Amino acid sequence: MENILEVSHLKKYFKTSRGTLHAVDDITFTIERGKTLGIVGESGCGKSTTGRCVMRLIEPTGGEILFEGRDLMKLSKREMRAKRNDIQIIFQDPFSSLDPRCTVMQTIAEGVKVTGKYKTGKEVESRVLELMRIAGLAERLANAYPHELDGGRRQRIGIARALAVEPKLIICDEPVSALDVSIQAQILNLLKELQEELGLTYVFITHDLAVVNHISDDIMVMYLGQTVEKAPSEELFANPVHPYTRALLSAIPIPKVGAKKERVLLKGEVSSPIDPGDECRFAKRCPHACEACRKSCPQLREVSPGHYVACHLFGAEGKTSSM
Amino acid sequence: MYKYVLKRILMLIPIILGVSFIVYIMMDSAQGNALDVIGIDYSAEKLAELYHQYGYDRSVFYRYFIYMKNLFHGSLGSSMIYKKDVWDLYLQRLPATLKLASASVLLSILFSIPLGIVSAKHHGSLVDNASMVGALVGLSMPNYWLGLMLAVVFSQKLNLLPSGGNLQGFKSLILPAITIGTGLMATMTRTTRSSMLDVIRQDYLRTARAKGVPEKKVINVHALRNALIPIITVVGTEMGKALGGAVVTENVFSWPGVGRLVIEGVNQRDTTLVTGCIILTAVMVSIVQLVVDILYAFADPRLRAQYSTGRKKRAGIERKGGAQA
Repeated sequence: MENILEVSHLKKYFKTSRGTLHAVDDITFTIERGKTLGIVGESGCGKSTTGRCVMRLIEPTGGEILFEGRDLMKLSKREMRAKRNDIQIIFQDPFSSLDPRCTVMQTIAEGVKVTGKYKTGKEVESRVLELMRIAGLAERLANAYPHELDGGRRQRIGIARALAVEPKLIICDEPVSALDVSIQAQILNLLKELQEELGLTYVFITHDLAVVNHISDDIMVMYLGQTVEKAPSEELFANPVHPYTRALLSAIPIPKVGAKKERVLLKGEVSSPIDPGDECRFAKRCPHACEACRKSCPQLREVSPGHYVACHLFGAEGKTSSM
Repeated sequence: MYKYVLKRILMLIPIILGVSFIVYIMMDSAQGNALDVIGIDYSAEKLAELYHQYGYDRSVFYRYFIYMKNLFHGSLGSSMIYKKDVWDLYLQRLPATLKLASASVLLSILFSIPLGIVSAKHHGSLVDNASMVGALVGLSMPNYWLGLMLAVVFSQKLNLLPSGGNLQGFKSLILPAITIGTGLMATMTRTTRSSMLDVIRQDYLRTARAKGVPEKKVINVHALRNALIPIITVVGTEMGKALGGAVVTENVFSWPGVGRLVIEGVNQRDTTLVTGCIILTAVMVSIVQLVVDILYAFADPRLRAQYSTGRKKRAGIERKGGAQA
C-alpha cells in the first residue's frame, strides 16, 4: 500500500517570554492508506499540536508534510482550504468545538456546502440526513442545538461534520477522552466501522493506551515533542523497549480482580519544553539514565523490523544493556 | 412571546409610579417654585389665589396625589410656564431628539463594530492598540468640550457647518451627532472588541476553519453572531440614554430636543413639565429595552427556541436546512 501521508522533520516552536517552547521537535512518520496511526503521550507532549500542524490549523515552524505526494506546506491558504476536503479533524471537546448557535443540520450542512457538490437546498439537506444516519444520529435531532444533546451525540455531530467533506484522512484528536467509558466504546466502534466502509485513514491522538490499542495499526509514543518509540501495535504492546513506553504500558489497569502486575513508577515532573538542552529529554525521570543520556539526545533507531526507538540504551543492533 | 411582551408592558406601571414620585418630590423640594418665576408681576391677591389653585398651600404629597390622579385619567397636566399641554410640548421636541439619537447611534455602529472586529482579529497589533487608545481618548473627552471644539473648527474657522439649531436639515445634524457619537463609538468599539476576543478563541471557530470555511465567513457567521449579545445590550442602553435627550450636547448646539426642554423646566421649577417629560422618557427607554430583549432572540436562536414550542421544530427542517453557512 502507498503512503497517504508522509510527515518528515515536522517542527513547531512557540515563542514565549521565557524562551522558545519546543512543542513539536522533529517528528517524522508515515501512514499507509486505510491504516490507523496512534499517537500517544502525556499532556503537553505535542500530540495535538502535531495533529493540527498536519492540517496547518497551526502553521508549522518547519518540516515537510506530503499528502498523496503533495507538500501541504507549499500550498497557499486558498489551496490549503480546498485540501481540507481531504483532511479532516475531530476535536476532543465535542461541545466547545460546535457553534452553540447552529443546529445539527446547520453545522453539518456547512461542511456539505464547502464541498460544492451539492447545489440546491434539497440536495444539501438529504446529504446531511444521510451523514447523520451514517454517524448514528436520529433524524429528529436535525434541529436540535448542541447544548440539548449528550456528549456521545455531540461527538457524533463532530464525526458527521468531519465526514461531510468526504475526507480521505481524519485526524482524531482525543475524540473519546471527554466521554463516558460506555460511550467511548460506541464512538470507537463507529470510527472503526466507518474506516472499513469508507476506506478512511486515521491519525488517532490519545493519552489512553487501551483506546489506542483497540484502534491502531501502528503506534507512535511521544515525549516532550519528540518520538521516543514507534512500532506496530502488537509489537509495541508485546515488546516495549523505551523506558517511557514501559512505564506507560505498566499503568494500564488489568480488568481482573486480584491481578497484580509490576508498576514502573516514574519520579519527578516532565521537564520544561522551553529551550530544552542537548540531553535526552527523558533523562531526568528515566530510571536507567546514564552518562550518555545527559550528553546527547538519542536518535530514532530501528531495533527490529518496523520497530523504532530513541534511546541510548539500545544500540544499533538492538541489544538490551543492563535493563 | 406575547405573554412576555404583555408582562413587560405591565412592568411599566411600577416604573412610572417610582419615577414620577422621585422626580416630583425632588422638583418640589428644590428652592422656589414656578410661581416665583411667573408671578413676578402679579399682585399679592392674585398670587395667593394661584398658590391655592396649584395646591402650594397644601403638602407636597397632596400635589403629587392630584398629579397622579390626572395622570391616571390620561392627562400629563399642563406646563405652568408655557401654559401648554406637557404631552404637546414633548411631542414637539421628540422628533429632534429621535433624529439626533438615531443618527449618533447609527454613526457609531457603522464605525465601532468593524473597528472592534478588526481589533479583536488582530489582537495586540498596531490597529488594535491605535483603536484602543482612540477609544480611550473618545471616552475621556467631555461632550461639552468636544462639541465646542467641533463648532469652533467646523463652523467658525472653516465655515462648513452650522454651529447650532435644527434649521439646515442634515447639515445641522452632523456636528451634534459626531459629538454624541464619539463617546458611543468608544464604548461600542471596546465592547465589540472584548466580546469578539471572547468568541474568537472558541474551539468552534477552529472547527469552522478545519471544515474549510472561508475566513470571512468564519468571522462573520460564527464569531460575530455569537458575540452580538453584549453589543446589542450596549447599543440598547446607549440608545435609551440618547432618547432621554443629550442635555449637554443639545445645549451646546441649541438643539431643540427633549433634553433642553427638561433643563428649561428644571431652571424654571416647572414640576409638571419635568415630571411629565421624565415619565415619557422612562416609557421610551423601557420600550427600547423591550426591543433589545426581542432582538436577543433574533441574535441567538437558542433563545428563540425557548420562546416558541415544538410546533416550529418539525417544519424547521425544510426551512432552515438551506439557511446559514
